[in-house]
Amino acid sequence: MQPVIETVDLTKAYNGTTVVDRLNLRIEEGELFGFLGPNGAGKTTTILMLLGLTEPTSGVARICGYNSTREPLKVKSISGYVPERVGFYEDVTAHYNLAYIARLNGLSEELVMQRVSEALDIVGLSEVARHKVQTFSRGMKQRLAIADILVKMPKLAFLDEPTTGIDPEGVKEMLDLIAKIAEERKMTVILSSHQLHQVQQICKRVGIMIKGKMVVEGSLDQLGREVLAGGRFQVEVKLTEITSVIVDSIKRIDGVVGVERSGDLLLVSCQKDLGPQIAKAIVDNNGLLLQMKIQSYALEDIYMKYFTEA
Amino acid sequence: MSGLMTVFYKELADAFSRWRFIILFALVLIAGIFAIYLAAQSISEAVEEMPTELVFLRLFTTSGENLPSFLTFIVFFVPIVGIALGFDAINSERNSGTMSRLLSQPIYRDAVINGKFLAGVVTITILMTSIILLVAGIGLRMIGVAPGAEEVWRLMFFLAATIVYGAFWLGLAMLFSIFFHRVATSALATIAVWIFFIFFMFMIAGFVADLIAPIDQTSSYQETVRNAQLTIMVMRASPITLYQEVVSVLLVPQLRTMGQLLQLQTSGVYEYMLPNPLSFDQSLLIVWPHLVVLVALTVVCFAISYIKFMREEIRST
Repeated sequence: MQPVIETVDLTKAYNGTTVVDRLNLRIEEGELFGFLGPNGAGKTTTILMLLGLTEPTSGVARICGYNSTREPLKVKSISGYVPERVGFYEDVTAHYNLAYIARLNGLSEELVMQRVSEALDIVGLSEVARHKVQTFSRGMKQRLAIADILVKMPKLAFLDEPTTGIDPEGVKEMLDLIAKIAEERKMTVILSSHQLHQVQQICKRVGIMIKGKMVVEGSLDQLGREVLAGGRFQVEVKLTEITSVIVDSIKRIDGVVGVERSGDLLLVSCQKDLGPQIAKAIVDNNGLLLQMKIQSYALEDIYMKYFTEA
Repeated sequence: MSGLMTVFYKELADAFSRWRFIILFALVLIAGIFAIYLAAQSISEAVEEMPTELVFLRLFTTSGENLPSFLTFIVFFVPIVGIALGFDAINSERNSGTMSRLLSQPIYRDAVINGKFLAGVVTITILMTSIILLVAGIGLRMIGVAPGAEEVWRLMFFLAATIVYGAFWLGLAMLFSIFFHRVATSALATIAVWIFFIFFMFMIAGFVADLIAPIDQTSSYQETVRNAQLTIMVMRASPITLYQEVVSVLLVPQLRTMGQLLQLQTSGVYEYMLPNPLSFDQSLLIVWPHLVVLVALTVVCFAISYIKFMREEIRST
């Protein structure tokens, strides 16, 4: 099946500095893709190239088979975009702002009215539809931005940092809203963010971009395994003497993914907290346990690991 | 095409609902009414001494005792109208974050700039047409002489030249709004150009003329004329001078040449001129090159804006 987004060696350089470096990305229909990376990693530039707003230095970007550079109008008519610092015409109403966008998409006047009130309804702003945007809070403006893409009914949507500057509860609502819309409308969503725990809540698949390169890409579970060579927990055990019998018995415990020796320490990776079971295995095999430390790794740590490496 | 019309309608609606427009309209209208009122008064007082043909046109060019003529006001105010309509056309959208939202819609990028420029020109057209009609109506009531067909033609061309003149300043303001990212900077830059042309141009022209053809008390007649001609040539680099000369010839049919006589005429000295007026097509013939240059300047301004806007990259920061 044809992917919704496909890039082949997509590269962008500004005055010699490479902002996006030979990016190869493939996103399937209906996916909710988390696009992670620190500020300045090249996420926004990638999105702009995909939308055909910025020309790539080399490489190709395709949206539903349309070349973003050559057929930007086709691309723009099927994709919605919420920029990072989204803005509206402040001195007119929310309704007017959305209707303008709808008209720019060539909708008939009847359809404009229908879609606008529908979109405002979904994001819960229909009561303030006739209020000027300048009276809106930051969170309301972000929701208005979501309504802005709904009016268009795009096949896919790029949301660039849609949660910046809103309170935690607002973030939660916003993410739920995005997830709900993506599911109901069968819309492919690319959610760009630098906050992993937010992306984690709704995205099944993430890509981490650092300094213009996609360092890792895959489903969340898969990523966890790759990074820690297996488990989400790591148990560090110190013994008086390490024998192969002990090592073997630990390996046999259900849920242990790997055992590694480093000096007089044993590093055990496992899927869940297996501290007691490991202690028992050691004692059963006549080992003397001196110390045990259990570390759990959230994806946050995986993410941080990449950050520090970069 | 639908994109262009959508942008156009929105910008037009915006222009008319802004305070900016209401203030400008009031300003130009009040100045116009005063100028016409005083002109009509002085015309009815001096009606015996002056030729009566084409008297309606004189409403627009006669200055009162303390107030300049309607024409002088228009020369002065139309640039401000153009600047006010265009100085934040592009950079305010960029700053408020609406530009990237706009450009991610399926429209050609030039629809944005074309729509904005077109809306500005139409706004100037509506504003100037209504003001000229209003003040002409007041003048008509006061002097009680209806304009003839030729006078109507001349007024229509005057209006057309004024719209082009306004469009030039609109284009210039939009150009600066693309080049400068801050709204305040672009506004100041356009106002600086306007001040330069209106206040400093004749000083520079005089300076250049004195440099090339210096004159003193002993200078011959030819030398003095050469100096004056040079001054006017340099002055014509300014669109304000161009416009002033065009509308003077259009509204004063007695005027058969542009140059030194113009200065005498605008100060209301009719005695120096041959009393019989030129026909309309002859007047038009005199100002045609000026009109063409004015249109060309506008086109150049807009073309630079257009190219700059089309090539500009949308960047993340």
